[in-house]
Amino acid sequence: MTEVTMNIWRGDSNGGNFEQYKLERVEGEVVLDVVHRIQATLAPDLACRWNCKAGKCGSCSAEIDGKPSLMCMTRMDTLPNDTITITPMKTFPIIKDLVTDVSFNYVMARQIPPFTPGKPQPDGTYRMQQVDIDRAQEFHKCIECFLCQDVCHVIRDHEVNKLYYAGPRFFVKLASLEMHPLDTVDRRALMREYLGLGFCNITKCCTEVCPEHIKITDNAIIPLKERVVDASYDPIAWLGRKIRRKSKMTAQEAYELAPARVAPTSLDGIPATAVED
Amino acid sequence: MTIAQEQGTVPQVVPVEIGKARGGPTDKSTLRTDRWWVSPAVTVTVLTSFVAYATFAAFQGKDYYVGAKMHRNLISPFYSPCIAESCQRVAGSHPLGIWASFWNFSPALLILIVPLGFRLTCYYYRKAYYRSFWQSPPACGVADGHKNYTGETRFPLILHNVHRYFLYLALLFNVVLTMDAILAFDFPGQGIGFSVGTLVLCVNAALLWIYSVSCHACRHICGGQINEFSKHRIRYRLWKMITPLNERHMQLAWVSLIFVALSDLYVRLVASGIIHDYKIF
Repeated sequence: MTEVTMNIWRGDSNGGNFEQYKLERVEGEVVLDVVHRIQATLAPDLACRWNCKAGKCGSCSAEIDGKPSLMCMTRMDTLPNDTITITPMKTFPIIKDLVTDVSFNYVMARQIPPFTPGKPQPDGTYRMQQVDIDRAQEFHKCIECFLCQDVCHVIRDHEVNKLYYAGPRFFVKLASLEMHPLDTVDRRALMREYLGLGFCNITKCCTEVCPEHIKITDNAIIPLKERVVDASYDPIAWLGRKIRRKSKMTAQEAYELAPARVAPTSLDGIPATAVED
Repeated sequence: MTIAQEQGTVPQVVPVEIGKARGGPTDKSTLRTDRWWVSPAVTVTVLTSFVAYATFAAFQGKDYYVGAKMHRNLISPFYSPCIAESCQRVAGSHPLGIWASFWNFSPALLILIVPLGFRLTCYYYRKAYYRSFWQSPPACGVADGHKNYTGETRFPLILHNVHRYFLYLALLFNVVLTMDAILAFDFPGQGIGFSVGTLVLCVNAALLWIYSVSCHACRHICGGQINEFSKHRIRYRLWKMITPLNERHMQLAWVSLIFVALSDLYVRLVASGIIHDYKIF
C-alpha cells in the first residue's frame, strides 16, 4: 500500500499556511474521501463544505494542485504526484480552511432581470416548441459550484472588477434567458454597460473547469457577445432596427427589472479608479 | 412585473465586498504542477513562425505566380485577389477588374489586412494570443501577467467587435481563392489538367471556406441570433450544420493557417524554378 501526502491550506481571514497529512492510498477514493479521512483521523477541525458527493450539489469546490475542481469528482488515481496540494477557491474571501464566502455570486444573481414572459395564449397558457428550448437545456445543467467564477482571471487576479463583472456563471444564466423564446426583456445593453460582458477575453478557462461540461464560452458568452454587437456595434443591424422601427431596451430600463442593484458602481458616480486594485 | 415591483418595494442596493482576506498562498503565481506552459509555448512558436514567414513572403513581391511560361496558372493565396497594377500580367488573377494604380509595393501588402484582420479578431485566435503572447492569463489557474485589466471594453481591444465585417470580406476573398483553384485546372497551351499545384490550391480554398463558415460570428448570423427556431426553419438548419464545425473551430484555424503558408511556399518554389509542379493527369 503506497502513501500519499496531502498538503492542505489551513487558516482563516487572519492568515494561514499549509499543513501536511500523510495517509495510505486506498483504491477507488476521490479527493473528498481523503479529506474526510483526515477529518476523521488526523484533523477533526479541518473545515470543508460538501453535501452530495456525486458532483451535483456544487459544494466541495476547491483547488487541487492549483486547478479549480470538485473534490468529489477528482479521483486520487488521476493525480500523478505523491504530494497533493489542496487550497480554497482563490477568488472568494476565506472563511476557514477550504471554505470560502461565495456571497459575491448571490449579489450578482440579483442584478439579472428575471424571466419575463409576454402575453399568454387566449386559453391562459404559454406554449413553445421543443426545438426552441433545446439550446438552453445545456445551461440548466449548471450546479452553481462557482468553479468558473473562481478560475476567471477577470476577478481572480483583478478583484476590483468584481464591481462591474457578473462572471461566467451569470453569463450562462443570461444566455438561457436571452435565448428563451418567451422572454421579453432585452438585456444586451445591460450586459455591455453594467454586467461587464466586454471584460471577458474568452480564454475559455470557465469551460475547462466546468464539471457539467457546459460549453460556457462557445455556447453562452460568445453568442451573448455577438448579440451585444447586434445591439451596439453593427451599423447594418442598427439600420435594420430603424427601418423596422424596432427599439431596444436601454441598460437602465433593464436594470429596473432586476431584483437589486449592485453598489458602488459607475452608476453611482464612483469611478473604477477610486478603488485600489 | 418582478416580485419587487408587485410588492411595491424599491430595488435593494446590495454591495459587492472586495478587499477581504483570501485563502491560499499569496506568494506563488500558480500551484499547478502539470506542464501548463506547453500549450502557450507551442502557440507562440507556431504563430511567430507563421508571422515571420508571411512577412517574408508578403514583402518579397515576386515568385507569387506560375504563369503560361511554365504552362501553369497558379497564384499564391497571399497575393490573391491580386489587385496591384503589377498583377495585370497574372492571367485571370481576379474577377473584380479593379487595379490599384497608386500601389507601388508588393501586391500582398495591399490585401493581407483582410485575412489578417479576420484571424486577429477571430474568437479562437483571441484565446490563443491572449494566453500565449499577452499572458492574460497564460493558463487556467495561473496568475495574469498584468496588474490592471480592462478586457475588451476599451480601445483598441473593443475593435474586436468588427469581427463579422472581416468575416464578410473573408468570404469574398474565399470566392476569389476558389476561382483561383478552378483556374489552376487550366494549363496554358496544354488544355485542362490536374497537378499537385491544382490540388494544393483546391485544398487551401476548401480549408479556408470551412474555417470561415465555422466562425462564431457566422454561426450567430446564420441562426444563433434567433430565439424561435421553429419559425425560421432554414436558418435553424444552417445553425445546426455550422454548430459541429464550430466545435472544431480551433483545429480548423490551425490547419487552414498552416496550409495557407504551405500553399504559398509551394507556389513560390515552383515559380522560382526550385521544384517542378508534377502534373497528375
